Amino acid sequence: MSDAVIKCESVYKIFGENAEKMLQEANGNVDAKTFQENGCIVGVNNASFEVAKGEMLVVMGLSGSGKSTLLRCISRLTDATGGKIFIEGQDLLQLNNKELIDLRRNKMGMVFQSFALLPHKTVVENIAFPLQIKGIDTDDSISKAMDMVKLVGLDGRENYFPRELSGGQQQRVGIARSLAVEPDVWFLDEPFSALDPLIRKEMQDEFLRLQDKLQKTIMFITHDFDEALKLADRIAIMKDGIIEQLDTPAKIVLNPATEYVRKFTEEVPREKVLLIEDVMEQSTGDNLGDLRVSKHEIIENVAEKILTQDKTVGVIDKNNKVIGSINPTKIINTVFGGRKNGN
Amino acid sequence: MEFLKKNPKIFQWLFLLIVFFALCFAIEVPETYKFIRGQAEFIKDPNQSTFVFAGKEVRYYAFDVFWRLPPLLGWLPIWINDSLFFLMNDWMPMEFWNEDTQEFKTRPLLLQISRNLTGFMTFIIELIREILLGGLETIVAFTSWDFIDANPWAELPGLPWTIVAAGATILSYKLSGKSLAIFAGLTMVYISIFGQWKPSMQTLSFILVAAPLSFIFGLGLGISAFKSKRVEKALYPILLVMQTMPQYAVLVPALVLFGVGDHAAVIITMIVAIPPMILLTLLGLRAIPPEVIEAGKMSGCNNWQLMFKVLIPTARRDILIGVNQVIMVCFSMAVISAFIGAKGLGFNLLLALNQLNIGLALEAGLCISLIAILLDKMSLAWANKQTDYFGNLSFFERNKNTIFFIGAFIIGIVLAYIGTFLFKDTFNYLFEIPHNKGISTADFWNKGVDWIFDTFFVYIKAFNTWLIQDVLQPMRALYLRMPVIATIVLVVGAGYLIGGIRSALVVCGLTLFIALSPWWDRALVTTYMATFGVIVSCLIGFTVGTLCFQSKSAAKFMLGVCDIFQTFPSFVYLIPVMMLFGITDTSVLIAVIVYATIPATRYTIEGLRSVPVGLHDAATMSGVNKFQRLTKIEFPLAFPHMMLGLNQTIVFALFMVIIGAFIGTEDLGQYILKALSDKNGAGIGLTLGICVAFIGLIFDNLIRTWVDKRKKHLGIA
Repeated sequence: MSDAVIKCESVYKIFGENAEKMLQEANGNVDAKTFQENGCIVGVNNASFEVAKGEMLVVMGLSGSGKSTLLRCISRLTDATGGKIFIEGQDLLQLNNKELIDLRRNKMGMVFQSFALLPHKTVVENIAFPLQIKGIDTDDSISKAMDMVKLVGLDGRENYFPRELSGGQQQRVGIARSLAVEPDVWFLDEPFSALDPLIRKEMQDEFLRLQDKLQKTIMFITHDFDEALKLADRIAIMKDGIIEQLDTPAKIVLNPATEYVRKFTEEVPREKVLLIEDVMEQSTGDNLGDLRVSKHEIIENVAEKILTQDKTVGVIDKNNKVIGSINPTKIINTVFGGRKNGN
Repeated sequence: MEFLKKNPKIFQWLFLLIVFFALCFAIEVPETYKFIRGQAEFIKDPNQSTFVFAGKEVRYYAFDVFWRLPPLLGWLPIWINDSLFFLMNDWMPMEFWNEDTQEFKTRPLLLQISRNLTGFMTFIIELIREILLGGLETIVAFTSWDFIDANPWAELPGLPWTIVAAGATILSYKLSGKSLAIFAGLTMVYISIFGQWKPSMQTLSFILVAAPLSFIFGLGLGISAFKSKRVEKALYPILLVMQTMPQYAVLVPALVLFGVGDHAAVIITMIVAIPPMILLTLLGLRAIPPEVIEAGKMSGCNNWQLMFKVLIPTARRDILIGVNQVIMVCFSMAVISAFIGAKGLGFNLLLALNQLNIGLALEAGLCISLIAILLDKMSLAWANKQTDYFGNLSFFERNKNTIFFIGAFIIGIVLAYIGTFLFKDTFNYLFEIPHNKGISTADFWNKGVDWIFDTFFVYIKAFNTWLIQDVLQPMRALYLRMPVIATIVLVVGAGYLIGGIRSALVVCGLTLFIALSPWWDRALVTTYMATFGVIVSCLIGFTVGTLCFQSKSAAKFMLGVCDIFQTFPSFVYLIPVMMLFGITDTSVLIAVIVYATIPATRYTIEGLRSVPVGLHDAATMSGVNKFQRLTKIEFPLAFPHMMLGLNQTIVFALFMVIIGAFIGTEDLGQYILKALSDKNGAGIGLTLGICVAFIGLIFDNLIRTWVDKRKKHLGIA
């Protein structure tokens, strides 16, 4: 992919004193156990992937899986021990301090799990902070920050201090702050994990609305598989520093690459995740009924219609051209079968 | 036996005690031993033995080494002294240009540095003093006497007290509101009508230099310790010793380096005030959540922006507690540094105490305390103040404080001008009320003290005699009866049982230093006084704390009382006890007890408060009554924190015991006081100070190690 905004090649992050030496000696074959015996902890193990412009990559993993470490390598909050990272073609690890600061001031935004707002600044000052750091004068930065306040729906609260806001509102400030410099790359580190379930859902919807409007290139970290399915264009599932599988939500649900991934997919309601195109058959056959469904429909929405049909249903694309077919049995198999015995 | 098997620790402790007492009884008191003048003295005595180290002769009384160790470190003070003199007078002589004589002059480097530094300090102090009190030194320094004679307008008069008082009130109002403003106003009026204006402003001018400088240096060092592990490691032992070092002890070396006067006082105050500032800065910076730092970095901060726009504002609460500490230390040093010639309230206080004029001492002491509390409250208010950025205020509302101050300024000057007509023949009371020309209640207090003494003389005397004869003397004798080997076994054994081999080695080193110094006997006396004070303080503090904890409002009230008591400079505590008990050990001990009870009470309440609410509820649901809840739940959980209180109590008690030397005790403090007036006292003063610090550190190490273990055990670390 030529338009990859973020590109990682064999990124390693190993904590410990002799990390670099050990990595060299390991020769690309890093085994967490041997490293641990020598006092090193493997945070990220051979991560390679690309994120295209406007794409949202969700990195999913349980705590300690190295997902946050991976994000910090890519934002260079920690230096990767090995490998190469490119942001818009720039080799991140080769940047000097000044270039790095420039990059952060203009191209990167980041949202944190615990909000990380400055306690001594009001909402609007917090949002204006990255702008002021950049050297934009007070009036301009405040007026720009006020736009951001409106964007995240906090109008009327711009003079509140962070401690006077609820968790959801604080994270809105965090989001607004990270967007204030209009970054191209947007990092979100478990932004909704510290929120109540109801608020979390609301924030996810809000986030999708924003992304629809802004079309940023996003790396989103979460430990919640449902959240990953809901938001992601593609999901990377991590375990012990290794990316176990990186694919679209549908493909992960349908074809879990490892036993570990399969455990997550077991409880997922497939009809809510899969689209018709994920389960349709390419052959159209001769026996099509009258009903046509779009390939972009989520199964849940059309399942009833399809199940009441006797005949196979035709699947159409945007241009109303029939490109495949699906029969009721397939729907039943997808929704009810396969969960325990695989596909 | 079952019991011992279940608790092996108790068996170990018992064994240690048995060994200790066995040693005590086994080692006889040598016949030649007399507790008269310690083991080492500067006078020659035919009974003394000598040894020579690095060309220095060190004298001591030879005893059985099991009983007292020879003062192998006796050369240390002499050596320190000689090196200081060498550094000051002979080290690195260089050519310096002399402005006055217009020629080059050879001077040792350090002397030149010290002279320049003192010159600079003196200049700032004088400058502030001139603004507050009026004077000529700085203007003359800028220009010349000829200039002043030619231009009389340049003679800057000091601000009338009315203006300073109004300024303080308005500033307090701006910072906190009505109540602080009223307090500030009353304080200022008290100071001026009691004729304390001049000394107060002298003290204030010295604090206005010492406090900001201490703040800047403390913050800077705290930041560098935060940034570099190496700096932190280098600073840590110094900080540790400085925290337990009596402030007295620093006086003597500073005297040698910087001479006598306000500038030396400022430098000493900085030495004492910087360590807590460093610690609190470090504490605050450490407590910042890592994500806030990352957020700062991701906002594109460079290092400078990160430090001053993100880290320090985020840690401001702890840093401002540090500011508060700095102010407190400054005021306590304002008194102590009067020993080396700082002018102001402290000097008056010492003078009055020396003359046994309790009433005057009380007035000066009250002045210091009031200013201390005022500055403390103002800095705290500043810490908690939030600025309103977007308020739509009119010009008048935004600038009303400035306008009021300008108004007050004009009124004050007009009043002072009118005063020149009103009080033609006497002092202009509307400009400045001279020292000792204001109202004084000294006579009243002095008469009151006399009356108390006359009326209760019999009882006080009886109590005094009983305490000294039946409690203190035997206790002192017991402490002095300890052979040095027994003491070391006890301390090292305790260290081993509490913290393992590492702790044992640390306390062993600290004890050995004291034992090998020439003042072991004196150290034992210091320890005995401190122990007595600590035991009584803890009994009172733990009881009062526990009782107050039973009601929320009482606890809050008590913590407030502790706060206020803590702002009193330590010397102030000597005043009332001297009123009642005269110049005896009893006075010192009572001052120690009052002073050391503060941390004991505070930590008890805080410890009990820190017990989680969930546990309270759980205990209540298990049907415990109040007493059971206290003994079974709250005490065990609060105990580690209370032990930290004990630690503080020991430090406070040691401080007060040393200051008590001013009244007259026979311990280390007395020698420090003596060293002050000794030309060769620098080394002795410093070594004595280190001895006192080490006594504190032995207990500190044992208690802290125990607390850390216990907290880990209870899972509340």
